[in-house]
Amino acid sequence: MFNKHAVLEKNSILMLIFVVITISIGGLVEIVPLFRMETTIEPVKGIRPYTPLELAGQNVYIREGCYGCHSQQIRALRDEVERYGHYSLAAESMYDHPFQWGSKRTGPDLARVGGKYSDEWHVRHMINPQALVPESIMPSYPHLSRRVLNLADIGDDLIALRAVGVPYSDEMINSATQDAYAQASQDSDYLDGLLERYGEKVIARNFDGETHTSEMDALVAYLQVLGTMAELQNYKHDGTKRGGQ
Amino acid sequence: MNTLNEKPNYNDDIVKLFTIATIFWGIVGFSVGLFIALQLAFPALNFGEYLTFGRLRPLHTSAVVFAFGGNALFATSYFTVQRTCRTRLWSDGWSNFTFWGYQFFIVLAAIGYVTGITQAKEYAEPEWYADLWLTLVWVVYLVVFMMTLKNRKEPHIYVANWFFLGFIVTVAVLHLVQNISVPVSIFSTKSYPLWGGVQSAMIQWWYAHNAVGFFLTAGFLGIMYYFVPKRAGRPVYSYRLSILHFWSLIFMYIWAGPHHLHYTALPDWAQTLGMTFSIMLWMPSWGGMINGMMTLSGAWHKLREDPVLKFMIISLSFYGMSTFEGPLMSIKEVNALSHYTDWTIGHVHSGALGWVAFITFGAVYHLVPVLWKRSGLYSLKLVNTHLWIATIGIVLYIAAMWVTGIMEGLMWRSYDELGFLRWSFVETVQAKHIPYLIRAFGGLLFLTGALIMVYNVVRTIRGDTAGEAVQDMVHDTPQNNGQNAGQNAGQNAGEAVHV
Repeated sequence: MFNKHAVLEKNSILMLIFVVITISIGGLVEIVPLFRMETTIEPVKGIRPYTPLELAGQNVYIREGCYGCHSQQIRALRDEVERYGHYSLAAESMYDHPFQWGSKRTGPDLARVGGKYSDEWHVRHMINPQALVPESIMPSYPHLSRRVLNLADIGDDLIALRAVGVPYSDEMINSATQDAYAQASQDSDYLDGLLERYGEKVIARNFDGETHTSEMDALVAYLQVLGTMAELQNYKHDGTKRGGQ
Repeated sequence: MNTLNEKPNYNDDIVKLFTIATIFWGIVGFSVGLFIALQLAFPALNFGEYLTFGRLRPLHTSAVVFAFGGNALFATSYFTVQRTCRTRLWSDGWSNFTFWGYQFFIVLAAIGYVTGITQAKEYAEPEWYADLWLTLVWVVYLVVFMMTLKNRKEPHIYVANWFFLGFIVTVAVLHLVQNISVPVSIFSTKSYPLWGGVQSAMIQWWYAHNAVGFFLTAGFLGIMYYFVPKRAGRPVYSYRLSILHFWSLIFMYIWAGPHHLHYTALPDWAQTLGMTFSIMLWMPSWGGMINGMMTLSGAWHKLREDPVLKFMIISLSFYGMSTFEGPLMSIKEVNALSHYTDWTIGHVHSGALGWVAFITFGAVYHLVPVLWKRSGLYSLKLVNTHLWIATIGIVLYIAAMWVTGIMEGLMWRSYDELGFLRWSFVETVQAKHIPYLIRAFGGLLFLTGALIMVYNVVRTIRGDTAGEAVQDMVHDTPQNNGQNAGQNAGQNAGEAVHV
């Protein structure tokens, strides 16, 4: 075996080919089945793509690097389920491109933060975290409520997401900007269209209380939907039944 | 062709450029690291919109891994491949392109992080346009390296080059698969990655774990396989172990990614596979460490006299320690405690500071006098000072992170006598304040050591000597003045000895 190795040592192209083969095996075995096996993502009732406003909020979350300190993945461990809620299901992040599971909890997990705090709490916490939680080490983000959200081209984002597999319809794409504004206001004339496209559970209101639609509106809309889509009361995990039955 | 005594006209100018860039980006990366460590202790240091922890953290990780580490790999691979192939680096023009192209990529990525342009994938944050540019630079790097191998005057390809080749080609594969994405428009900086949800998670950690395995391990093992034998003046301990080390390491590393996803929504079979291979990976890792350390057989006395060699051997010790700690943390039950905590941060820093940075410092201290044709370093005493300040810094850093990591992991899962969770989350944050100060102090020591290196390197390049009694052990003997590099290193790989 060791004598034969000389053949590789004398041929750089052959060495290159052997390296590529050697490093391909593990990745192929672990990754390809995830796209082929129906058990990878068990269907769960209630999961839908983000509304345009929630998506804009996720993009603020990504831009500020929130994933560096907050996970969005509750592990199947007793204390985590007690602290944060039902463990995360694969279906709940199936429309996240990329996933936001994170790897570090410098701050708490946010997978089910939706509905746990009021909008006002989130806004004040984002402007000055230490005002609400004195021991917090989170940076403050006052500029989010000042900055007007650019929603004119949010439809293009939906088009790009559809290209990578998120099932946005033509109608969703065409009315994306309108839907975003409708969700960020108290009583929009366009609210019915939004609820028709994304479901009755969509929360539409003026999230930050300001007259303009700000980045804060979008971020809070995103945080308030996290973990609330799945209808977990009907979810059974007993190895035989699929969720949502 | 070359006679035995003729030295090929090596391209050392390109190695000089990459060496300077290594030192420059090292200081940047360590400084940003110190700053964000202080931000975690004092949140008031998050200034305005652009200098928050969330935006500076990828700047720190990229500056250290890709700018400091990447330039070090370019410098040492270009140096090594020429010496061990006894031929000039292929194409001055294209190799210069890899230098300026790579620096351009770093600046492009860094501007993106601070202004909030990011793909939010750890260690792959740059957006699509920067990724495309890096792809081009990396393909040219591969071509330059392969063409130099093809032009070699030695019949055998030396073991260090296997590792460099494995690193270059695997990073290319990882980069391409991880970064496929659809831009919102051709004029938009924003893109959406092709992979989503659980598949995105698996590919992310396949990528990121092998960025560690190939960028920060295989590449730096290439440095080890050339510079340790060179510095010790001894051949590599075992040729057979080198072969085993190389193939088993690159085969097993690829599987280990899912250990970042234990107890998550990733299917259980993938988690278990990842854990199994992570534990097996302990063997090739220690095989490589032993191969490096035992290279000093018959030359252990040099460890007493040569602080540059000390850097290399301490780096191998940290490599051995973190490649033991890694498999330990990949065990599900251990990971249940360690994941999401500072223990992980400590673990990567014992690898990044102890292994990657120390072997790089050793290589830089070896390279500078050779490249600038000086008789030796300005001061070996300062090398020794750097060594000890940095080592104490690392020990403080990782010990503080063990304490905070295990403490917060235990606090998160602690119950009171009535069966309620004992601690609120913010109480666990509060408990970490003092260790965070100690961690920042460790980082300050490490940065101080690196600044001492800058001073030493600048004085060496200017041609000064501190007038110390003990001279550089490797460079003061005329028959071994650094220009015949590869001689000792090559023996056990079956190469013809060229003096």
